[in-house]
Amino acid sequence: MSTSAISIKGLTKKYDDKYAVAGIDLEVAYGEIFAILGPNGAGKTTTVEILEGYRFRDSGEVTVLGEDPQALGDKTYSWRERIGIVLQSSADAGDLSVRETVHHFAKYYSRAKDPDSVIALTGLSEKADDKIRNLSGGQRRRLDVALGIIGSPELLFLDEPTTGFDPEARRAFWELIRTLRDEGTTILLTTHYLDEAEALADRVAVIADGKIIEISPPETLGGRHLAQARITWVEGGKQHERFTSTPTSDVATISTRMGGEVPELQVIRPSLEDIYLQMIGATE
Amino acid sequence: MNVMRLGLLRGRLEIKQFLRQRESVVFTIFFPVMLLFIFGSVFKDTIAPGVTFSQYFVAGMIATGLVNSGFQQLAITIPMERDFGTLKRLRGTPMSPASYFIGKAILVTVSTVVQIALLMGFGAAMFGLDMPTSVSKWIRFAWLIIVGSACTTALGIAFSTVPKSGRGASAVVSPIVIILQFFSGVFFVFTQLPKWMQDFAAIFPLKWLTQGMRSVFLPDSFVQQEVAKSWEVGRTAIVLVVWTAIGIGFSIKKFKWANT
Repeated sequence: MSTSAISIKGLTKKYDDKYAVAGIDLEVAYGEIFAILGPNGAGKTTTVEILEGYRFRDSGEVTVLGEDPQALGDKTYSWRERIGIVLQSSADAGDLSVRETVHHFAKYYSRAKDPDSVIALTGLSEKADDKIRNLSGGQRRRLDVALGIIGSPELLFLDEPTTGFDPEARRAFWELIRTLRDEGTTILLTTHYLDEAEALADRVAVIADGKIIEISPPETLGGRHLAQARITWVEGGKQHERFTSTPTSDVATISTRMGGEVPELQVIRPSLEDIYLQMIGATE
Repeated sequence: MNVMRLGLLRGRLEIKQFLRQRESVVFTIFFPVMLLFIFGSVFKDTIAPGVTFSQYFVAGMIATGLVNSGFQQLAITIPMERDFGTLKRLRGTPMSPASYFIGKAILVTVSTVVQIALLMGFGAAMFGLDMPTSVSKWIRFAWLIIVGSACTTALGIAFSTVPKSGRGASAVVSPIVIILQFFSGVFFVFTQLPKWMQDFAAIFPLKWLTQGMRSVFLPDSFVQQEVAKSWEVGRTAIVLVVWTAIGIGFSIKKFKWANT
């Protein structure tokens, strides 16, 4: 019996002769929001689809909520009751309304949430009686999420959930994910958006070429918290730049020297994106 | 039990979706009626004592109705659902695949019954189609519909694995149905076809369905005009059951829930 919601050891998967997943180990704790970051073709979706039971692995050990997703047997349906899946893209059932679809999917689960409150939670109340074909891309995505959470899953998979959202919708979506986390849902998220991983995830795994480069909380990824800050300012009509581990005292020194205000002063810490691009770039 | 309950819910949902797609309603339900109207109006010759080509044609179109509602409809719409990701999403829920297939079977049954009722109504009103004259013919008619639907449903689900994309599905499926219609004695009198066409058609269910429907709707004397001088009811049942088994077996092994 595994104590983690997800446990992966030595996972590999080949397509033709190329490794899509080339030996991955990771553990996701119950109640955690775990993000997988990586460029297209890094193996994110393959890994997630193996966890969801859509694909079979070549080697390695996988348990998801204590079960091996490719050896479920008669536990298949009781296991599927406990997970929610938001796939990367879907465009189906265009002739049904949002309400009809969510109410229908609720029938599949024995512990379903109230469909109308899920519609409200995903911000679709005003569109509840519209046909799916008339929804915008972002609204369809929210419907995907509604169908993913309708069964009160213990574990929710989100594959690039906010693609096509405007910034406001993305913030609202993040709030929704935090609400689910507060209810105790474990969430595995794959995303292109670093700000999304930073805002939501307890821990982040960076994947490239089917391998994990690093797993850590977003604030310490790639030694970010130890990285030197860059200070830039203008002194004597010239642009100055300095890398330092002690930016506060450096700024104080410069300020004293210049008699107060420092023109065009900036203190820049590497963003998650800088770190990430560095890590990805290093593998190429 | 839950499988059946969800299957019924799926069936209701399938019918709702079907009725909201104007093209599918027109294509599946009204197109055969239009064809009946056109062919029946053009070819009015008497082909045997007391039997006009129109009557012969109506029997063939009723048989075709089973193929349209089952095989053709499913082999075209399932690849579209696969493209859209509908199937993949369903696969990720606790709903059993059996419920999905029960839903499809309900859709096929309902659209078949509606289509056949329309064809019979038009056939009777405009082209002198006689209703079955005895209880035993009605019973045969009923089991032909039940076994025929099961057969074309199973084959439609099996064949849904063939088209590479939803968009291309109708280009792959429709010609097969049309060719079988020509070879199986729908558009032409079967006995007037070349022997090789008859032999080819005899491999597939449609020929047996048309022959079965003729046995229900045409006078008993017409049996002398058939190739075998018999309605071959037993053999028809065997062919349909064998094809149903092939369809189910193939579907269980090969059904695809996603494109890759």
